[in-house]
Amino acid sequence: MSEARYRPGERVRVMKAYPLGHVRTPYYIRGHTGTIERVCGAFPNPEELAQMRDGLPPQPLYRVRFLQKDVWPDYRGSAKDVLEVEIFQHWLEPA
Amino acid sequence: MRERSHHDMGGLPAGPVDRHEHDYAEWERRVDAMCVLVGNKKLVSVDQRRRNIEQLPPEVYDQTAYYEKWVLSLGESLIQRGLITTEELARKMAEVQNRVRG
Repeated sequence: MSEARYRPGERVRVMKAYPLGHVRTPYYIRGHTGTIERVCGAFPNPEELAQMRDGLPPQPLYRVRFLQKDVWPDYRGSAKDVLEVEIFQHWLEPA
Repeated sequence: MRERSHHDMGGLPAGPVDRHEHDYAEWERRVDAMCVLVGNKKLVSVDQRRRNIEQLPPEVYDQTAYYEKWVLSLGESLIQRGLITTEELARKMAEVQNRVRG
């Protein structure tokens, strides 16, 4: 299993990448900065599973918390509203 | 190259979501069951099926219902895995079509 590189509370930026194939990182969140909310565990890499390989070693998965107002330029709700997205480690870099 | 894949539409303007529940048709139940079966037997992963759904041409993606996408991707996955051939699938589809037409 790959080592979990981030801990809850740490700031991370989602990579701005546009690979072909099956990825679990939604387009709208790429390039945004958030905070690690929790480590969800480690799971076989879905990008590899989608290509009929085993996806091993398991990759750490995080729940990352973003501020809604940071994600949507025209957001009209509370400035404290958050959005949480589960993102695999290889999509994150330190912010 | 397009940055955003067609299926990856989170955040794009759209109408309200239809939240009505509906009964599943028999064919939808069968498609679901087949996907569970090939998953349990470790023949086809949900990720492989998702990848095949995401690679449907945009116009097909927009015009097909949920389980239609599932059955298209399941057929493609089984062919990729070498469990069926395109020829076998075509033959079976012609056979079923003839049966329905009577």
